[in-house]
Amino acid sequence: MDLTNDEHRLKESIMAKLLEVKNLHAGVEDKEILKGVSLTLGKGEVHVILGPNGSGKSTLMNVLLGHPKYRVTEGSLDFEGENLLEKPVYERARAGLFLSFQSPEEIPGITLENMIRTAKQAVTGEKVKLLPFRKELKAAMEKLKMSPEYARRYLNVGFSGGEKKRAEILQLLMLAPKLALLDETDSGLDVDAVQIVSEGVAGFRKENPDSSVLIITHNARILEKLKVDRVHVLMEGKVAEEGGPELISQVNDHGFAHLLEAEG
Amino acid sequence: MEQPKKKTYVEDIERALYDIKDIDRSRYKSKSGLTEEIIRDISRRKHDPQWMLDFRLKSLEVYHSLALPAWGPDISELNMDEIVTYVQPDAKLSGDWQEVPEDIKDTFDRLGIPEAEQKSLGGVGAQYDSEVVYHSIQEDLTRQGVIYTDMETALREQEELVKEYFMTLVPPKDHKFAALHGAVWSGGSFVYVPEGVQVDIPLQSYFRLNAAGAGQFEHTLIIVEKGASLHFIEGCSAPRHNVTNLHAGCVELFVKEGARLRYSTIENWSRNMMNLNTKRALVEKDGLIEWVSGSFGSHISCLYPCSVLHGENARCEFTGVTFASRGQNLDTGASVIHAAPHTSANINTRTISKAGGAATYRSAVKVTKNAPYAKCSVNCESLMLDDESRSDTLPVMDIQGAEANIGHEAKIGRISDEAIFYLMSRGIDENEARAMIVRGFVEPIAKELPLEYAVEMNNLVNLELEGTMG
Repeated sequence: MDLTNDEHRLKESIMAKLLEVKNLHAGVEDKEILKGVSLTLGKGEVHVILGPNGSGKSTLMNVLLGHPKYRVTEGSLDFEGENLLEKPVYERARAGLFLSFQSPEEIPGITLENMIRTAKQAVTGEKVKLLPFRKELKAAMEKLKMSPEYARRYLNVGFSGGEKKRAEILQLLMLAPKLALLDETDSGLDVDAVQIVSEGVAGFRKENPDSSVLIITHNARILEKLKVDRVHVLMEGKVAEEGGPELISQVNDHGFAHLLEAEG
Repeated sequence: MEQPKKKTYVEDIERALYDIKDIDRSRYKSKSGLTEEIIRDISRRKHDPQWMLDFRLKSLEVYHSLALPAWGPDISELNMDEIVTYVQPDAKLSGDWQEVPEDIKDTFDRLGIPEAEQKSLGGVGAQYDSEVVYHSIQEDLTRQGVIYTDMETALREQEELVKEYFMTLVPPKDHKFAALHGAVWSGGSFVYVPEGVQVDIPLQSYFRLNAAGAGQFEHTLIIVEKGASLHFIEGCSAPRHNVTNLHAGCVELFVKEGARLRYSTIENWSRNMMNLNTKRALVEKDGLIEWVSGSFGSHISCLYPCSVLHGENARCEFTGVTFASRGQNLDTGASVIHAAPHTSANINTRTISKAGGAATYRSAVKVTKNAPYAKCSVNCESLMLDDESRSDTLPVMDIQGAEANIGHEAKIGRISDEAIFYLMSRGIDENEARAMIVRGFVEPIAKELPLEYAVEMNNLVNLELEGTMG
């Protein structure tokens, strides 16, 4: 049962809003990439962003988190009624945002365990005791079928693509954000990585039913285990089309050009 | 008499140097340069045996005959004509706690060092008495025949040993400051580990260095006999404030057949110091020298511990970290001489520069004709924390032995914005993110240090990072 756009708008007004993006313009230097993006995401919802290469999907993720490379020139970003644009990156994370990177950084000298513990302390604002933390970490790693030795390895250094993906999802599970942003743009994800993301996000949803997910992907298999509430199609820096999960198969069957034609 | 010392402010390096120069000129007008009388006077005060006096006088001759090194950082601001002001005993070495610069006192507090130790580290000669701590270790060692004492006592009680080894590895003619050292040396540690004895706990010279005046021209002599092993830790991470601004110490390490020696130092001199230190190890067949070297502080440092791999299968592991900040030019590295077949060396260093500091990694690897199948791997990484800082890598290799396997890897970089963004996206604020990355960068070194030193080094890195960020 998919909601019509009208019904969805009605539901939005009733349900608690988590994220509201209004007329967002942003870019690098003189080049505008996002040209007025608007979308609204309620608590506990799963939204998917589709769009051809260069349409601004990854830029949107980075702008939501406040990457210094991008400049916002117009529009607003509200998260639980607070203006995100005024907050530095780390405060957005503390407010409840989390980004699973498409290709996460390798940082030598910082172990995965140390990073997650420091991050957990930062986002919860509380001291995270070592022993209970280790237990929790071990359990989460087991769920992701990660060998425990990865906890002591340097962050992503020498990790394969699939291992990096696991490490990202591990952080998602450990930090339990209110809004998980997942950048799975790369269609070249191998079967292994697709499964990790798919199962990991499903597990995250199960444990945190009030948390929301905004995911960039057109890989139907990643979405298999998720109940998608809403799909936004980003084209040339704008939301060109919105709708229910049926949009995913439409795009997969007919491509983006088909949508543009329908628009036109 | 106290006048010159009051001028030694750490913050104000240039002025302090000029002030000292100006004032000393009037004080020592009659004695320009280092003279025989001064050397005789030092020797008399130290109750040297005749041969040591002769050695000092001969070193003095060599000193006068040598020119300043023509390479490395510019040390012309060190006025060699006024060298006497640096070596004159008790000229400026006893002082007042009140005169130790506030920022150094502050650092002591933040490193959690008790006041008694602070005072002696501050160079005010409070003679912090840690003999009690010492003695329990001492007894156990003595039973095994280990000798661990200061150089003056060693010269009295182990005269033959000292005579056999003293400055044979670093002869006075090596360079001008080695000659100076030979002429005016004072203080330092002596360790002798007899054949087959394994010293399990690390020996630390932390306490002894507190003695007034030690730590300027100190001499360290360590002999590890056949099959024996030792870990020796020298220095400490607290800033050593010396009122005089030249440090020309000398370290000689003798590692005999099948012996192992790990020599760890963290040097954190006050920011007015010129640190021109010479360290060398002679490693015999199947022996192993492990250097762990941390260079913080000082105004200018020239420090390149050298390993002479003299016996077949002799090995060297060198791990070093250097952190240069504003007003600092730290020229550090390592040198290895492969002089026997199948010798191997592994050099691993990290240098950090910030706030206009300059850090240079300089190394020399030599493989002689007598050293076929030598293996040497050099890995040096540099991190610049801002655009005004400098970092250079100057490796020199001279390979004459056959079948040598030599590798060199150098990396100079900055903290990646993407890495900072990544950590910040996890809720970690920018300062902490940078600190984590810098700590991570030196982690391979910290890992080699005994726990309390690793903790102190982390504190030091944090202290260094404060102020330039945020």
